[in-house]
Amino acid sequence: MNDISTRPAAEAPPVEGAIVRLSEASLGDVGTIVDVRAESSPDNHGVNLEELQRRLLEFGFVEGARIEVIHEGAIRRDPIAVRLDDMRVALRRRDAEDVYILLDGAKT
Amino acid sequence: MSETLTSARVALVGNPNSGKTALFNALTGSRQKVANYAGVTVERKEGMITSAAGRNLYVLDLPGTYSLRARSPDEAVTRDAVLGRLEGETPPDVVICVADATNLRLVLRLAMELKQVGRPMVLALNMYDIAQRQGLRIDLEGLSREIGAPIVTTVATRKRGIEDLVAQVDALAAAGQLVGENTWREPNAAEIRQAHAEAQRLVRTYVRPPEHPDTWTGKIDKVLLHPVGGLAILLGLLFVMFQAVFTWATPAMDGIEAIFGALGQFVGAYVSNDLLRSLISDGIIAGVGSVLVFLPQILVLFFFIILLEDLGYMARAAFLMDRIMGGAGLHGRAFIPLLSSFACAIPGIMSTRVIDSKEDRLTTILVAPLMTCSARIPVYTLIIGAFIPNERVWGFASLQGLVMFGLYASGILSALAISFVIRRVFWRGTVEPFLMELPTYKMPEPKSVLRNLWIRAKIFLNRAGRIILPMMILIWVLSTFPYPPEGATQPAIDYSFAGMIGHAIQPLLAPIGFNWQMSIALVPGMAAREVAVAALGTVYAIGDAENNVGALGTALANHWSLATGLSFLAWYVFAPQCAPTLGVVKRETNSWRWPVIMFVYMVALAYTASFIVYHTAVALGGG
Ligand SMILES: Nc1nc2c(ncn2[C@@H]2O[C@H](COP(=O)(O)OP(=O)(O)O)[C@@H](O)[C@H]2O)c(=O)[nH]1
Ligand SMILES: [Mg+2]
Repeated sequence: MNDISTRPAAEAPPVEGAIVRLSEASLGDVGTIVDVRAESSPDNHGVNLEELQRRLLEFGFVEGARIEVIHEGAIRRDPIAVRLDDMRVALRRRDAEDVYILLDGAKT
Repeated sequence: MSETLTSARVALVGNPNSGKTALFNALTGSRQKVANYAGVTVERKEGMITSAAGRNLYVLDLPGTYSLRARSPDEAVTRDAVLGRLEGETPPDVVICVADATNLRLVLRLAMELKQVGRPMVLALNMYDIAQRQGLRIDLEGLSREIGAPIVTTVATRKRGIEDLVAQVDALAAAGQLVGENTWREPNAAEIRQAHAEAQRLVRTYVRPPEHPDTWTGKIDKVLLHPVGGLAILLGLLFVMFQAVFTWATPAMDGIEAIFGALGQFVGAYVSNDLLRSLISDGIIAGVGSVLVFLPQILVLFFFIILLEDLGYMARAAFLMDRIMGGAGLHGRAFIPLLSSFACAIPGIMSTRVIDSKEDRLTTILVAPLMTCSARIPVYTLIIGAFIPNERVWGFASLQGLVMFGLYASGILSALAISFVIRRVFWRGTVEPFLMELPTYKMPEPKSVLRNLWIRAKIFLNRAGRIILPMMILIWVLSTFPYPPEGATQPAIDYSFAGMIGHAIQPLLAPIGFNWQMSIALVPGMAAREVAVAALGTVYAIGDAENNVGALGTALANHWSLATGLSFLAWYVFAPQCAPTLGVVKRETNSWRWPVIMFVYMVALAYTASFIVYHTAVALGGG
């Protein structure tokens, strides 16, 4: 198995603040998706939140997926490109608010 | 069912970039037809192939999708075609689910949805060459057993595995009626999660990860997606593209013009009836020629677009431009269509198909004609040459060049402003989420690039023939009838319907400084923007005006004030002086509503701009 699709070791409990929204992640952040919700900024997406959530899930933003932020746009670091398991996906930060990531480095 | 014995319908379904179109081409070769689905602007590509058993297989290339839950008009076509809900379409007898063998997880979820539809399915593991090169191992038997469908490995670009695929499809078609019950319905979030977990399990069980995974894509992206460097490269690329559109296409365009000119004269010499001669050489031949002359530019432009698309760069360009375009309410993908519109709005509008959401697509279509197309250049050159002194300013810049630049800039800025307004006022809050896969880079296959180019050319010629030509003939009729009376002193066009229209609208155009000659020239000028030059030549009785720009310029400088000249320029920045564009908008949006809206807003904009320019210039002493 290549390392990007394995789950993090379960033994080490995450420290406080180790979970970030994908919309706030920075370049180089690596981690595992722990939650994909349908709750933030309902008017912001042009589609309703459940629809946005389903689209994210369909692209592979699912709990347990490995994710790494690999590129950022020039203006306000938006949009971002992520490596999601073994594919690359581009998305806007505002559509990524409901994707929660447990960062690898934060486990101590 | 005896019918399934002699023929079967086959649909290609799969994720974007999995190689559906390449597979479609490999299957059907040149026996394919491109049309539109009834009522929508989505392209319908069908081809025919005869199997070894003698069965005719009608293959349909469907738009790429990640789910049968459609999110765009294109994806809705895929869903409805698969479910057999599309009006005038027979549901497919066999579905080929096309998968990129190196990226299976998402397509396996789609395959599970397709299984629910209950139609016989074959899974084509395409790009198997890449999978093998990477040392990716797939347990085909195990996977086939689990998903309950035969698996065929293919390399579409090399035509490998095609016979095997046809044989499998044929076998399923021969089994005929085995169509099961359709249990598909839109999955909810929990079901998508569950399906994903299942796909994940299949991948873990049956696919051994690559020994040599692709590392090129990451390395190339480090450069091409660099926030600053990437944008610089994109701009450089655009510059090259733009140059090529003008320099490569020019010889061919001159050739086409010369051929049609000669053809018109040749035919003219053999037809003695004046009216018939005028219809054939001025109406039909000149009309066809004035459309065909854009073919070289369209081909050069599409050559670049297809090349970049096949490379996998297009998604990167959309990524880089998304925020910049987004400021004006445009989608990152609108960037290529708008760029194309600098050559001609027609291919630009045709290429808006790459934009998923309807609102984003319509906004792009509406502002595309504001980009300075190449047909405006002859008009700009004429007026600038006649009214703007050939001087240097600030020691180095040519004043004429600066005015030209200003005209281009006005077009771009107004397009951004208009799309901003459309977004804020008409489609508030309907900005679709931007979620896009960045495919791995691939070397384009020269043959498939050429084939796609040929298909584009055919589509353009087909549309040109069906929409543009009739408009050209209508404009010829307006400019020819009725005939001038005996002993007429004015040019013949003055007495025609075009002349009447020109005289009728002249009072409306007087406030922006247009005289009746200009008003008349606007009518035939609807055929295409550069026709206005010839039309002005006609009304000012200067023969062969297009090749005699100097004489026409002098005449204009004598008859028009500076304010009028500038007002005319402003008019040409904004006015919808191009019936073919309106025709293509009708075709692409499938309704007269959008061309009408486009016409009205552009006329309003042009009138306002000309009014301001004219009165400012008069106030400054240019009257
Ligand atoms: N190496 C390789 N490249 C392929 C294969 N099939 C398609 N391609 C390339 O993959 C890209 C996307 O193919 P296309 O047919 O446009 O995908 P579609 O979006 O599913 O229609 C193009 O650059 C093709 O040349 C294949 O079997 N092997
Ligand atoms: Mg395709």
